[in-house]
Parts: sequence; C-alpha cells; structure tokens
Amino acid sequence: MTEVPRRTARKLAKSRRRFNVVGVLGEILITAGAFVLLFLGWQLWLNDIIVGHEQHDQAISLSQKWNTGISTPTPTPTSPATFAPTLAPVESGPPIVGVAPANAERFAILYVPRFGADYARPIAEGIGVTDVLNKYGLGHYPGTQMPGEVGNFAIAAHRKAYGGNLEHIHELQVGDPIFVETADGWYKYIFRDIEYVQPTSVGVIAPVPQLSGVPPVDRMITLTSCNPFFSTAERIIAYGIFDTWYPRASGAPTDIAALVKPGGQ
Amino acid sequence: MYGVLWQVLPGPVWVRVLMLLALVAAILAVCVFWVFPFVDQFVAPTDSTVTQ
Repeated sequence: MTEVPRRTARKLAKSRRRFNVVGVLGEILITAGAFVLLFLGWQLWLNDIIVGHEQHDQAISLSQKWNTGISTPTPTPTSPATFAPTLAPVESGPPIVGVAPANAERFAILYVPRFGADYARPIAEGIGVTDVLNKYGLGHYPGTQMPGEVGNFAIAAHRKAYGGNLEHIHELQVGDPIFVETADGWYKYIFRDIEYVQPTSVGVIAPVPQLSGVPPVDRMITLTSCNPFFSTAERIIAYGIFDTWYPRASGAPTDIAALVKPGGQ
Repeated sequence: MYGVLWQVLPGPVWVRVLMLLALVAAILAVCVFWVFPFVDQFVAPTDSTVTQ
C-alpha cells in the first residue's frame, strides 16, 4: 500500500527538479492563446448557431400565437398538419399600421426567403445591444415608422454573432421579397438597393432616406448592419419599397406559407 | 506544467489519456456554459446601428 504514494512522491520530486520557468511560461501562453481561439469559435460560430435557432423558434411561436383564434381559409382543426393557406392575395386597401410597443418588446417577424427557406427572426422595439440586438436579433429604430406606414420602417441587426441575422444582407437581389409579419398581417416589401455608409449616417433611417425634412409619400423598409464582416468600420444598408399587404385572416403569402404555423386552440 | 500533470495521473497510458480527455471536456463545458457568456459582456460589441 505504501509503495504507490512513495513512487508518486519520488516522481514528483524528480519533475520538480526539471521545473523550467520558461517552459511553464510558454505552456501558459500557448494555453491562453488556445482559449482565445476557443472563445472566438464560440462567439462567431457555436453561439451564433445556438442563438440563431433560439430566435427562429421565438419567431415561429410568436407567429403561431398571432394565428390563434384566427379562422384561416383552409383549415379543419382536426388536421393542422395540412394547413397551407394558398389563397391569392386579395386587394386589401391601405395596410393597418400598428402602434410602436415598449422597448425590448417583440412585435414583428422578418422573413427573407433570400436568406434561407427557413429564415424567420423576431423584431423587437429598440436598438439596445444587450437588451434587443444580442437577444432577439433584430431591433426597430425608435421613432421610425411602423410596418406598412408611410415613411421608413428601419431595423438593425448583427452581421455576425448572436444569430447573425443580416449575415447575408449583401446577397439580396433587386426584386427579392422581404416580409414583415405583425399581429395584423403580413407586409410585403421589395428589395431595391444597397448602400454603404459611415456609422454616423443617420439619414438612412429618415422617413425619406438621406433627405431630411422631406415629407414621405412611399412606404419604405431599411435594414442596417455592420460592414465589412467582423468589423464596425462601415454600415451596410438595404432599402426595400412596400408592395402589398396580407391581412391575417387572408392567410400568409405563398412565399413564406411553409413557415407560418397554425395557431393553437 | 503539462509534464507534471501527466506524471501525477495514475494508471497506464490509455487510462491517463482517458482522464485527460475527460478533463478537457469538463473545461470546455465550463467555458461554453459559464466563462464565455460572462466574458462576452466585456468584449466590444459589433455595433450594427447608425447613430450620431
């Protein structure tokens, strides 16, 4: 029984003799470097994926909540799996415009088929980094207009990390649909152009972008994110122009119908 | 440092390797679930908004 501890002690003594300050310092530095790389991997990849999935699920369940109690055109309550609103959009008149909610409250969902078939992310009020952008992904600039309102519905999101909601913003092509869902229905915007600006260019979120004091006539959407990747040196701006809207009772637009789940009871 | 760790661990080589792997897994878990989210608050956020 005493053999083992004595052997271990002897080994320890031997290793202590070989103790090399520079060697240990080197090992500590290498370890520290490895941890920095691990952290970056976590922040930009692992956590990005995890948070992205969380935000996707939040968006889907929010949409589901809004569908609750709505009688949709197709549906029998016994077969919710076959729910697929396919009605052609009806001419619905001017869109309903909601009231801006309290800070950090989720009130809308963004769907961009160009970003992926299952892209659906919640939009919350405010552009605070920790309470909105890191958490929900997309933030609505306070004071800018609401979805469907004449003026500019301006939202911001990270390009990378925390779900990277606008990672593919530069891949948008002219004519791509951008959908915003609220409790009232779905607003369809058509992507128009990209602009690269300084981080201080607040003109991009003006009711008429880059023209201060001009009364708006169009209904715009503006997406802002950082540019280039992994940098905050510039901002990348995507503009869209309002196309049409779908009241909730008429069912979701066909482009994103697969993502929209029927409500509960 | 790592040499000492290797010598302190008992058992044959494969047992030591197994123990080291378990140790690495534990350290990674602690990092991912507690250390990294904590450190993250102090890392400069990637700002994506336009402000004056």
